[in-house]
Amino acid sequence: MSWTRNVLRVDLSKGSCTSEPLNMEWAKLYLGQRGLASKYLSEEVDPKCDPLGPENKFIMTTGPLTGTMASTSGRYSCVTKGPLTGAIACSNSGGYFGAELKNAGWDMIIFEGKSDKPVYLLLQDDKAELRDATHLWGKTAWETDDIIHATHQEPQMRIATIGRTAENGCLYAAVINDKHRAAGRSGVGTVMASKNLKAVAVRGTQGIGNVEDANAFMQATNDGKAVLAENAVTGQGLPAFGTQVLMNVINGIGGLPARNMRDVGFEGAEHISAEAMAEPRASDGKPNLTTNAACFGCTIACGRISTVDPTHFSVKDKPQYQGASGGLEYEAAWALGADTGVDDLDALTYVNFLCNEDGMDPITYGATVAAAMEMFEDGNITTEHTGGIELTFGNAEAFVAITEQFCQGGTFAEDLGLGSKRLTEKYGRPELSMTVKGQEFPAYDPRGIQGIGLNYATSNRGACHLRGYTIASEVLGIPVKTELNDTDGKPELVKAFQDATALVDSSGLCIFTTFAWGMDNIAPQIDAACEGDWSVENCLEVGERVWNMERLFNEAAGFTADDDKLPKRLLEEAIKDGPTKGQVNRLGEMLPKYYEVRGWTADGKIPEETRKRLSL
Amino acid sequence: MNINIEFYASLMKYLPPGKSRFRREVKVDDGITLSKLIQQYHISEQEAHLVLVNGHFVNCGEDRDSRELAEGDTVSIWPPVAGG
Repeated sequence: MSWTRNVLRVDLSKGSCTSEPLNMEWAKLYLGQRGLASKYLSEEVDPKCDPLGPENKFIMTTGPLTGTMASTSGRYSCVTKGPLTGAIACSNSGGYFGAELKNAGWDMIIFEGKSDKPVYLLLQDDKAELRDATHLWGKTAWETDDIIHATHQEPQMRIATIGRTAENGCLYAAVINDKHRAAGRSGVGTVMASKNLKAVAVRGTQGIGNVEDANAFMQATNDGKAVLAENAVTGQGLPAFGTQVLMNVINGIGGLPARNMRDVGFEGAEHISAEAMAEPRASDGKPNLTTNAACFGCTIACGRISTVDPTHFSVKDKPQYQGASGGLEYEAAWALGADTGVDDLDALTYVNFLCNEDGMDPITYGATVAAAMEMFEDGNITTEHTGGIELTFGNAEAFVAITEQFCQGGTFAEDLGLGSKRLTEKYGRPELSMTVKGQEFPAYDPRGIQGIGLNYATSNRGACHLRGYTIASEVLGIPVKTELNDTDGKPELVKAFQDATALVDSSGLCIFTTFAWGMDNIAPQIDAACEGDWSVENCLEVGERVWNMERLFNEAAGFTADDDKLPKRLLEEAIKDGPTKGQVNRLGEMLPKYYEVRGWTADGKIPEETRKRLSL
Repeated sequence: MNINIEFYASLMKYLPPGKSRFRREVKVDDGITLSKLIQQYHISEQEAHLVLVNGHFVNCGEDRDSRELAEGDTVSIWPPVAGG
């Protein structure tokens, strides 16, 4: 059965922690993690609620395979209504926290209400209590982690916490676990802060011994691990170069947006790439990349642990930042780098450290600074707003200074914390927000790569590559190569990626396995672990059901087909040069067909017939 | 004729000596095909996973066998990689 079948419900208004059985009827329909927690949210929360009001709920959730011997089984998610978007939010993170939560005996924790003072949840196996966190309020995520560990004298305790930016009202604050893994997108950390919940500290010693068929599970997971090891991407490419290897690939094909997506192609890309991270530097002979790193149970190990050059201006007088910590991964490197025009690898690594330390989504943060830079260059924002900082594209010193100011809640922090949609509206330039449903794009330009544009436009949590990573097919040839600029077949491709991803995100496994695994590798692992029918066909149907359920939540929250759109810049401003010169995204050619293959109406609604087919 | 070659990630080891991180200007026979160029640098078919000429993909097999390079072309090659 693999689920622990236990849900911890924490009423922050009353200060109570109670256990209740997992709804197994829902588990059979939605599996776990993203799917199952979204079902709970849909049933328990009014989609029209204020995301930062006490009526919103915040769910930390594992999947049935989290914490098991399956490869990459360290995943958990934070599910809530997102304050950045007003849409359903589900942010997935690795590290060790998720497996610890499962080992403590819980499938999920549902936080509801609002505490009248800062608290943290202390969870030691089946013992749950809310502790005063007044002394932690105002501390960074790193300080909070250290203080809680010191308080409880338990080095194996795993901690998920918010930093100062969440407390300051930044709408895209992340939940940071294990100091440098993040449930990053959509402002899930801001919801924690709105409830006066500073952290969750977990120690679990119960083990996970309840898989449905232990022998079959061992066989299926071992088979899966062999596939990952033998595959050139998951066995060699990702551990050696990490996701950052894409910087030169995407730039090379003409798909790398730069300077708030004003340009495509970044002349500084090679200086902030995986190849650059591996080069020894002049000052101490060490490369930026110290080592790769793995999350719980992972046999890929794509994570980056880096150091900043100790002589670099950003850290030379700050020894606390000269040690190794979570390094740049591709999406962060793009948003903090190419999108701001900054090609200083050390500056970006330092800013990435600050994103981890103070808990903000580096994609939205970088893209928001990029929008501010464009408005600064156009004269809408001046040094009077920024506290004297010349916020121009490519200015590494300014970027470091504004980030330090932001983390400390200083001048201009409140504006940057709005995200680019609200920021550009405030300064009268809404057309400069590169967002869908209020959330910023990641590192692939929809003008150069058609399918990813359709995925962004239809993503249930706003612009996001991790809702349907068609880049795998359109650029990397996984599982088959499709043409970048074709729109034919892309609606079907987007749907297939979105549904499969929803299933993987509901299982406890990492989406990166799908560079090597198909559903025929994943389904047997779920089937061996869980009771019920987990055939390939049923898994795909569960994924489709989850996608449609999320859409229904958004529909009830007030979203319509009019929100399935891309910024005008990407539809009308053609790429100026490079291999994709002259292209725009042709969303209008793809969207009607996408609705059709999803079984939706021409105006993007889910009809009764489709709901019935999916048991919704 | 002269062309530019760019070998990335684990393929950097196949680059001839030079200063740039992953780019070299090299002299090749006039009209050399893409496949011959890849063989000339001892890069296997499996390793040459993503191949671009001037930023445009050239598929494995016949496309690379028949693709003749021209003066000033830039050939970029990656092994199987991914990210996201």
